[in-house]
Amino acid sequence: MTASPDIERIRTFVAVRRAARPARRAAFSLALPLVAFLLIAFVAPILYLLVTAVDNPETKTVLPQTLTALESWDGASTPEEAVFAALAADLKIAQENSTAALVGKRLNYEISGMRSKVLAASRMVAGMDAGPYREAFLDQSDLWAAPETWAVIQRNGASLTPYYLLTAVDLKQSPTGGLERVQPDQAIFLTILGRTLLVAGMVTAFTLILGYPVAYVLTIAPKTIAAVMMLMVLLPLWTSLLVRTTAWVVLLQSDGVINSILMTLHLTAEKVQLIFTRVGTVTAMTHIQLPFTILPIYSVMRSIQPTQLRAARSLGAGPTSAFWRIYAPQTLPGVVAGCLMTFILSLGYYITPALVGGPQDQMVSNFISTYINRDLNWGLAAALGVVLLIVTLAIYGLFLRLVGADKIKLG
Amino acid sequence: MWLPSYATPSERMMRILVVVFAILVMLFLIAPLFIIVPLSFSKDPFFTLPVREYSLRWYADLFGNPRWMEAMVNSGIAAVLTTIFATTLGTLAALGIARPDFPARRFVMALLISPMIVPIVIVAVGSYLFFGQFGLTNTRAGLVFAHTALATPFVVITVTATLSTYDTNLTRAANSLGASGLSAFFRVTLPNILPGVISGAIFAFATSFDEVVVALFLTAAEQRTLPVQMFSGIRDQINPTIMAAATMLLALSILLFAALTILTRKKAR
Repeated sequence: MTASPDIERIRTFVAVRRAARPARRAAFSLALPLVAFLLIAFVAPILYLLVTAVDNPETKTVLPQTLTALESWDGASTPEEAVFAALAADLKIAQENSTAALVGKRLNYEISGMRSKVLAASRMVAGMDAGPYREAFLDQSDLWAAPETWAVIQRNGASLTPYYLLTAVDLKQSPTGGLERVQPDQAIFLTILGRTLLVAGMVTAFTLILGYPVAYVLTIAPKTIAAVMMLMVLLPLWTSLLVRTTAWVVLLQSDGVINSILMTLHLTAEKVQLIFTRVGTVTAMTHIQLPFTILPIYSVMRSIQPTQLRAARSLGAGPTSAFWRIYAPQTLPGVVAGCLMTFILSLGYYITPALVGGPQDQMVSNFISTYINRDLNWGLAAALGVVLLIVTLAIYGLFLRLVGADKIKLG
Repeated sequence: MWLPSYATPSERMMRILVVVFAILVMLFLIAPLFIIVPLSFSKDPFFTLPVREYSLRWYADLFGNPRWMEAMVNSGIAAVLTTIFATTLGTLAALGIARPDFPARRFVMALLISPMIVPIVIVAVGSYLFFGQFGLTNTRAGLVFAHTALATPFVVITVTATLSTYDTNLTRAANSLGASGLSAFFRVTLPNILPGVISGAIFAFATSFDEVVVALFLTAAEQRTLPVQMFSGIRDQINPTIMAAATMLLALSILLFAALTILTRKKAR
């Protein structure tokens, strides 16, 4: 009996794949050093950031006895002396190791005022040789009587927490474990994310409006003029982002160049506030991103045959109709590539909003930096990073589907 | 000008408007870059044009200040090391990717390009937290490590682009004539793809030399780079010495850009 043709085909396929294996391996081994390097120097730090966003070591390491004692707590009333004694024992050790501030700061994220209470309590128990501790704690603060306080302590015994990620999208865990919105006065992070998307969208739209005609003129200009224009598009791309931002800081200052031009032309009687405003930020970002939008559009426009427009015209289409029905649709791949690239890059802006923008123009990146450097709240910084990363990667995924990584060109 | 003969008057008008608009946009692109040059040569410590009196005092300030000089040297060292590592790793990877049998090309390519895409603050904060575990923060090694990751996509892109026009039969011919793999690479392949490799190296150098955010997180006073020094300066109180530094960076960019343009023009010939 002979094997069916299907099985024969599969066998051939497998044999071919097997024969090609050494070549595939050789090809991959060339890329292996870079892949391995990027996994260590680039992917691992990002994964570490993801872990930091859910990492919750403070309560677990500083209050182990309290957590054990809380296992038999009913969850509804003020705990018994045993729990307070365990807390006192934990805090005595914490006072010696100076770790009380650590857990106080962590609990303070969820119950305001907790930091000072924990610090005061650990100082108090350090001066006590024996119990009863319950009375002493209850005298010190009403917070120790509230079951919610103990519920939060108990919940944070887990080594992972959703707290930071929820906060980054303006949500919190209710005492019963469900999800609820945070108080309106604390709900700032969705606003910041929305602002980041809005600024990126505005910058993308402006680069398209300004860049599309430039790309078009690049295709119709005589060769030498086009070459000079191309240099003018590429040179800003080459100039350091910081230098371009510096230029805008100088231009937009109250005593800066733009204001002095406006005053000389008598367009305004008083100085216009340009720096530290949304207008200034979007202008500077548009300037910086413009080449990224122009180049892909230009490279697509260059491949469109001018004879097609002529054909449309000879068949009776007017200039407007020929442009919108024949030319514009064909430039769409370039428009998509350029706009997605600019949008992705605009989402991650840090330097320009920091130097040109005001408090109302700070983007997600700026808040990440603030939480790391000023507030030392690494968990929240990491969680905001996760949100920004997810949004960015989603759009990068769209870019890969619609355009492809191999289509990215540098000039 | 630049119009078919059958164009209507309104079409001609429209065309003129588009060209004028494009010229204005070009002006918007270029003018802000060069505004810093005259300001850096101004004698006055404020930023208005026209400049009343020219002087080199801010350059004297820049070159006379050990902090600025140290920052320049630090940037130079980090950029050179980054260039060496990124060019080597990126060229090797591009050689593999360009082979027809490369497995999972789309996926690997997406990974290799991703350092260009991921927001720089995420890279900076991630490196700051992760490298901190190994004592690599506030060291030059940590900075070069992170910068190399950021610079490799540029090398991969430029070298892959050059390899797409390279005839692999040349390598085969070298091998059949008795050259070993390594010798065929250095004597046949490399000279042919050199423009792409050098473009990638220039991009890598510029990436590291201009980078602010990662350097801000990963360096202490001793490794402080030129862009970090500038950034802190602007945040504090912008002064004309920063204009002088920015003008120097601009000059360096133009130099690198000119080198690249000459290189690619040769390749096109």
